[in-house]
Amino acid sequence: MRAGGSLLSLRGLRKSFSEQKSGRELEVLDGIDLDVTEGALTCIVGPSGCGKTTLLRLIAGLLAPTSGEVLFEGVPVEGPGPERGMVFQEYALFPWRTAARNVSFGLEIAGVSRREARGRADGYLRVVGMTGHDDLYPRELSGGMKQRVAIARTLAVEPAVLLMDEPFASLDAQTRNAMQAFLVELWEKTGKTVVFVTHSVDEAVYLGGEIVGLSGRPARVVRTFANAQPYPRNRTDGEFIRLRSEILAYLAGETAGAG
Amino acid sequence: MKKWKLASPLAALAVWQALAVTGALGRATPSPWDVLKGLYDLAATGLPRGYHLQGHVAYSLLRVFTGFGIALVIAVPLGILMGWSRWFEAAVDPLVEVVRPVPPLAWLPLALVWFGLGLGSAAFIIALGAFFPIVLNTVLGVKGVDPRLVEAARTLGAREGTILRRVLVPGSTPSIITGVRIGMGIAWMTLVAAELIGVKNGYGLGYMIMTARDLARFDLLVAGILVIGVIGFLADRLIRIVEKRLLRWR
Repeated sequence: MRAGGSLLSLRGLRKSFSEQKSGRELEVLDGIDLDVTEGALTCIVGPSGCGKTTLLRLIAGLLAPTSGEVLFEGVPVEGPGPERGMVFQEYALFPWRTAARNVSFGLEIAGVSRREARGRADGYLRVVGMTGHDDLYPRELSGGMKQRVAIARTLAVEPAVLLMDEPFASLDAQTRNAMQAFLVELWEKTGKTVVFVTHSVDEAVYLGGEIVGLSGRPARVVRTFANAQPYPRNRTDGEFIRLRSEILAYLAGETAGAG
Repeated sequence: MKKWKLASPLAALAVWQALAVTGALGRATPSPWDVLKGLYDLAATGLPRGYHLQGHVAYSLLRVFTGFGIALVIAVPLGILMGWSRWFEAAVDPLVEVVRPVPPLAWLPLALVWFGLGLGSAAFIIALGAFFPIVLNTVLGVKGVDPRLVEAARTLGAREGTILRRVLVPGSTPSIITGVRIGMGIAWMTLVAAELIGVKNGYGLGYMIMTARDLARFDLLVAGILVIGVIGFLADRLIRIVEKRLLRWR
């Protein structure tokens, strides 16, 4: 049923937007082919504004491709669904719901009773290390805590794949590092498939088992790097530095070549 | 800081009393003390005699809450639908925009033909006055909901109806409450103006102050104005308390 054993396949994915003012077509994605294996932690890295977020939104089903297709378990994606969970850069927590009730949102709308949903929400808050914060509103939480709650909210609907759109980009450096380590632990613990979009090569090398390099807009996959370093990774490690330099140099060459 | 809040009203009262005592205001303008006595007369004797202040307040509140309630019940769902559905807004908005600039009181003659002199016509024009700020702020609130929240709900499995009930409605609540506060203020103003023109049963604060004018009882007139102001203030406070309750998350 699955194409080549992959959970998620992108086939010749193109997306262009028509600019409202000029009426010109703005090409964002220029034929993306990609396979994501079940259980993999894949990082998609590319320069800012290259269309990484668009790519993730296409996988989530929040956008429809201009041509090509997204296959989930071999079936074309036609809209959003809880099997493809999304974590947003700006958290997108419901400000009128407490942490626990944000996490239970997906369960409540799936018809799980409020009590049962609350119990399971507490469980997921424990998974992300947020026990004891259940009754706080998002405005009372720090950026890192908000993102933990947002991750718990997505996990609660038990998605097959976690789509993460630069989730740590608006955090301070220290919190970002802590969250990266947390994500690796979470991934090892849950075995979830993760597609993680970032503009930071450092972050991609720290997290990714596979690193997909995108060119500048319109984005193409320029190269895929395998990253077999064991977790948790050490940024001062020789192999870490070597791979980071290699990818940086490669992307710089691509960007310069395109420009 | 809080004690200073009373400074300007107290100073105004002191100046007013002083001017009245020296006779600078003339015979027609009562002093604060006269007004206080007037207030007592209104409650004890009534104006006209036997029509007590309590009755005037009760009937005015009845009219305002009937009209305001009707406006609320229609305006909030309508505004939510308009904010939610583009085609519905396109269809309904022109009508709203044409009727909105008409002062509610301009409808009074027509309302009298339709409903006669009584609760019906008063409630009708009060509802008209309160309706538009509530509708417009509700539409604004729904449109102002962060699209990311809608997307988040979608990726969590929410369908349109769920998004409407669980994202757009709670997300637009702050703006709806703003509309409700403005609408309540306008409802109260419209009420008094409507009562100035006439009431059937002899009760109503607007009617009461017109009676005071006809009898040249300016102490009672100013006392009536004071009562109208205080009730308007209390209504606004009430909405603020509800707001605090509903928007604990802010």
